[in-house]
Amino acid sequence: MSAPGLANRNTVTLERALDIKGRSLWTDARRRLIQNKAAVASIVLLSLIALLAIFVPFFWPYSYAAIDYGAIGCAPDWWPDWNVPCHAGGWHVFGMDQNGRDLFIRVLYGARISLSVGLVATLVSLFIGVSYGAIAGFVGGTLDALMMRFVDVLYSLPYIFLVIVLMVVFNQNFFLLFVAIGAVEWLTMARIVRGQTLSIKQKEYIEAARAAGVGTLATIRRHVIPNVLGPVVVYVTLTIPTIILAESFLSFLGLGIQPPMTSWGVLIKDGADQMETAPWMLIFPALFMGVTLFCFNFIGDGLRDALDPKDR
Amino acid sequence: MWAYATRRVLGAIPTLFIIITMTFFLMHVAPGGPFDAQRHLPPEIEHNIRAAYNLDKPVWQQYAIYLGRLAHGDLGPSYKNHDFTVTELIAVGLPVSARLGLSAILLAIFIGIGLGTVAALNQNKLTDYGVMGIAMIGITIPTFVTGPILTLFLGIYGLHLFGYDFFLPAGGWNGGALANMILPVTVLALPQIAVIARLVRGSMVEVLRSNYVRTARAKGLPSHIVVLRHALRAALLPVVSYLGPAIAGLLTGSLIVETIFGIPGIGRYFVEGAINRDYTLVMGVVICYAAFVIFLNLVADILYAVLDPRVRYSQ
Repeated sequence: MSAPGLANRNTVTLERALDIKGRSLWTDARRRLIQNKAAVASIVLLSLIALLAIFVPFFWPYSYAAIDYGAIGCAPDWWPDWNVPCHAGGWHVFGMDQNGRDLFIRVLYGARISLSVGLVATLVSLFIGVSYGAIAGFVGGTLDALMMRFVDVLYSLPYIFLVIVLMVVFNQNFFLLFVAIGAVEWLTMARIVRGQTLSIKQKEYIEAARAAGVGTLATIRRHVIPNVLGPVVVYVTLTIPTIILAESFLSFLGLGIQPPMTSWGVLIKDGADQMETAPWMLIFPALFMGVTLFCFNFIGDGLRDALDPKDR
Repeated sequence: MWAYATRRVLGAIPTLFIIITMTFFLMHVAPGGPFDAQRHLPPEIEHNIRAAYNLDKPVWQQYAIYLGRLAHGDLGPSYKNHDFTVTELIAVGLPVSARLGLSAILLAIFIGIGLGTVAALNQNKLTDYGVMGIAMIGITIPTFVTGPILTLFLGIYGLHLFGYDFFLPAGGWNGGALANMILPVTVLALPQIAVIARLVRGSMVEVLRSNYVRTARAKGLPSHIVVLRHALRAALLPVVSYLGPAIAGLLTGSLIVETIFGIPGIGRYFVEGAINRDYTLVMGVVICYAAFVIFLNLVADILYAVLDPRVRYSQ
């Protein structure tokens, strides 16, 4: 083939390449995530639970704390061959709890608490973990060694014990519960971010930023953190269920949310106490919580597959 | 190897010390003392009580006293269980908790390895999907859901097999009778069984493809010998390194299991202590747990180094 022909073809290839719109990492990831059926189904289901939790309490005829003394522990109207005759005043789709409160609205309030604890505490842990890990990894040296040694120390104790100690100290305060769980659950995040930062630190654009006279903190904020977001996003979706679990765990033990406000942990605890006479009190909260945890795990797995560079 | 072990043991001391210090000061910045909830006491009596527990001294002095006593194995008097020291309570509870935890970890290791191996041998078949699906449920559904549900079905509704009804005790310890241990141990072991089964499946699938396993098959060794003697040994390494987290998980789970089933172990003391703001008891149990976790992590690391000759003893 003659040389001009080759040159011509190269030009055409180049022009075509310029026409193609570049796909960013995030576009690619979104495309892969949408192909993952389990993840999409989880997102839909989770959105449904969240929407129910947000909007239903505005028009539901029963409040989470209103007690109907005539309908204590009543089965749902549709419950199969339940031999205790029981006529609740009104229609209660999930039945009544041991104090005669509508279980459906309580499960939804539980969803409100659990999901908001999950989000707020995750944000706290995200903030602490990312800044801690990025600073340790970027500054390096003795500071890094000291900071990571501290993380190792905290790692050697199951974190739920620290949360319980914090809850005892702060007297089971509702908002501190959010913060306490998040403030303890940042260790893995810090490790992940530090590891990523160590490799990013070697990149030319960091050197360029330094040469241009950008300060350490500004470099971390502008150039390091945006580039560690991939693994962080995956880990965040896996942190949310951990935190929901931790909150329910505490509430189950009586150390978390205090009555009459409720959470899934409290409801499961009440249900476990009443399961001989009112199994629906255990089954519905456990079902909601199980489905939510499954959804987050599937979304996390889907995101990991979508963002994992090994598959590319 | 001994140098490595010694170094690890020495490295564990500051860790424990930091945990002790951290819990101590956290407990002492807490607003309200352990005797606040009681009836209003005359000031002299309240003063005497505070003096008896050294609560009238400055915090750093209390810290020094606490450390001094701790060095003698004395964790102080329990604030709420009068006439008991924390050491006595832990001495009563620890054997119960240890027996529960040990049974659970053994059960988890054996069942987990068995299920994982079966799944790997039937890779991408129905058995594999079944086992992994159950494992997914085991990992996701928390102990405080599986506990009551298993109790409901096995303890209250009962099993109806061969014309007989079987009921497991729904709670209580009964001196560690086998029937009383089945439910709590199973509930405690379930999440760990699930994780171990997944780990073993993953590593087993890789090992089964490796050259030395093919060689072993090629020389005509029977399949069970190839799997048990050649493949399993290498496939178990991830399980050994998972032992540390597994133990942490078991301790966390034991809080729930001991509460649900009314088992008199240290987990229940911890929960009750936390609800009653019994500072010394909570601290004692946290220190006890931390020492336990650090020690068992140490054992797991050394075991790993012994099993895997590629691991060097330098840090």
